[in-house]
Amino acid sequence: MEAATARKIRVVVAKPGLDGHDRGAKIIARALRDAGMEVIYTGLHQTPEQIAETVIQEDADAIGLSILSGAHMTLVPRVVELLREQGVDDVLVTVGGTIPAEDIPELERLGVAGVFTPGSPTDEIVDFIRAGAAKRHENDA
Amino acid sequence: MAARPETERSAGRSDFSTISGHPIEPLYTAADAPADPDAEIGRPGEFPFTRGPYESMYRGRLWTMRQFAGFGTVEETNERFHYLLDHGQTGLSVAFDMPTLMGYDSDHPRSLGEVGREGVAVDSLDDMEQLFAGIPLGGVSTSMTVNAPAAILLAFYVLVGERQGVPAERLGGTIQTDILKEYIAQKEWCFPIEPAMRLVTDMVEWCSRQMPRWHPISISGYHIREAGSTAQQELAFTLKDGFTYVERALERGLDVDAFAPRLSFFFNAHVDFFEEIAKYRAARRIWAREMRDTYGAKREESMRLRFHAQTAGVSLTAQQPLNNVVRTSLEALAAVLGGTQSLHTNSFDEALALPTEEAARLALRTQQIIAFESGVANTPDPLGGSWFVEKLTDEMEAAAYDYFARIDEMGGMIEAIRRDFPQREIADAAFAYQRELDERKRIVVGVNDFVQEGEAETPILRIDPALEGKQVERLRATRGERDGAAVEAALAELKRAAAGEANLMPPIIEAARALATEGEMISAMQEVFGTYTESPVF
Repeated sequence: MEAATARKIRVVVAKPGLDGHDRGAKIIARALRDAGMEVIYTGLHQTPEQIAETVIQEDADAIGLSILSGAHMTLVPRVVELLREQGVDDVLVTVGGTIPAEDIPELERLGVAGVFTPGSPTDEIVDFIRAGAAKRHENDA
Repeated sequence: MAARPETERSAGRSDFSTISGHPIEPLYTAADAPADPDAEIGRPGEFPFTRGPYESMYRGRLWTMRQFAGFGTVEETNERFHYLLDHGQTGLSVAFDMPTLMGYDSDHPRSLGEVGREGVAVDSLDDMEQLFAGIPLGGVSTSMTVNAPAAILLAFYVLVGERQGVPAERLGGTIQTDILKEYIAQKEWCFPIEPAMRLVTDMVEWCSRQMPRWHPISISGYHIREAGSTAQQELAFTLKDGFTYVERALERGLDVDAFAPRLSFFFNAHVDFFEEIAKYRAARRIWAREMRDTYGAKREESMRLRFHAQTAGVSLTAQQPLNNVVRTSLEALAAVLGGTQSLHTNSFDEALALPTEEAARLALRTQQIIAFESGVANTPDPLGGSWFVEKLTDEMEAAAYDYFARIDEMGGMIEAIRRDFPQREIADAAFAYQRELDERKRIVVGVNDFVQEGEAETPILRIDPALEGKQVERLRATRGERDGAAVEAALAELKRAAAGEANLMPPIIEAARALATEGEMISAMQEVFGTYTESPVF
């Protein structure tokens, strides 16, 4: 238990796909870092395979996928599926970007814990990830 | 602190600064006027062009209403083009999809899920021809928003003209080609910086000889601003990028007055009204002075900064989306009062998805109301001589020169980019602004104040996922019908040229003519040039 609480929350912030809109991803990465988390930002243009590998290698508690290209219904399921295939099912998956409201239930059904659309306050995202990751740490202990 | 309900009035404020954080004084008076108004402000159409590039401005000719459009397959975008032209639009503007912008063909594994999503997919000359079907290229001006692979898309366009019987010298329009701002802000690249700059300079050189009516680079601050920069950073980094292209062309031995008149700019029109107007006025003055005094331009056309403006995508909110019509109107008005030559107004639903036809029409109507009803186009630079606007223009200019000095100290813009300087400045500004929103030091109506529960859903444009398959089929058909040996030979020639020093435009045009795809040409050049990866800063 002690080791689990001492360990910093590890979050992978990832930009799947080809769009270069990294303003949101970088703001979130910085806010999470300022909140005391260990942030691994993948950089741009990542394939789902690269992202899944980073999550596993970094033993991340949470992942934030930032997508503004409209390709979320292709890329998000692929990342989730790759993680499952490799036996990773306890990582908190969140998505941010221009996600139409009607796509959110389907993303949630696939296992996405939180979807944050434009205008979401940064603190809300930080709190959500902290709460979700804390649960994972408890389970580990 | 809870967000106020929509009915509550805002109380007195204590912080008065622009959206960029620039302080605004309680009052501006004659004491703020420039010491030498004739030299600093002058007259429209005269050096230093602070008041506008042309003497009569919109009395002589209105700005071009140019709505950016592109989605799905070339057939659908072609339909949207015909629709916009039929509704009074005066120029075309092509948005390409992400794979096209990054140099991937539609059937590349990395294109999966992205084909036709954010723009139209163009893989080969066949696609480009279909895109402009029924649109005589001699009679329109076309803007193409593409950067890293710009030379290839230009080659496609030139060949469509050729197939229509319109020679390259009669083609009018603009291609963005501004690769420096890609490394700084938009992040769509194919090659490392140096070979990318060579390709840009090859294009500028080729266009200066073959396409006298074409603008080979649109030096763009738009994306820098969208990535979170301040107005001052947008101005400084954009102009510095522009000077860098000028320096490269001069090093190539081109005469400044032969190419500089064809350079144009693309700025953001953000929501802080007066700051934007000051930005455009300062941009014209700085460009004119530097082109004359630093780069030795003799012709006024080389000193005259002309620009396209687009209202700020980042200012649009997903909440209460109809409010965006008002934001866009204010932004468009700032661009017009700042003397823009062409304008794109965003649609109110673009924080949610690509615009629906109705939303795109309303955006165009917004410009038409400004142009034909408001009366603001009746006289050039109507705000010229305002103590506030002139002071803000001076301060904007001073802020740009501060950045120029810092960048020069690093050894120029390319070195500054390598050191992540502009990237870091922008990330810092974006973060600071987000903090202000989170702390409600700055209000965005409907987002962190005046919020409304239970909003109705806005209908959005859906891109049919089946289009991707259709485009992949088109591409395979093209590959099946072409002469494979001719393609191989043309690509080998392109590689040889890339390894040497000759201008790359002719071999690109020949490869395009042989129906080599965009992705094939990019790959061929990458074998010589390599690729680019950034080390992200946040």
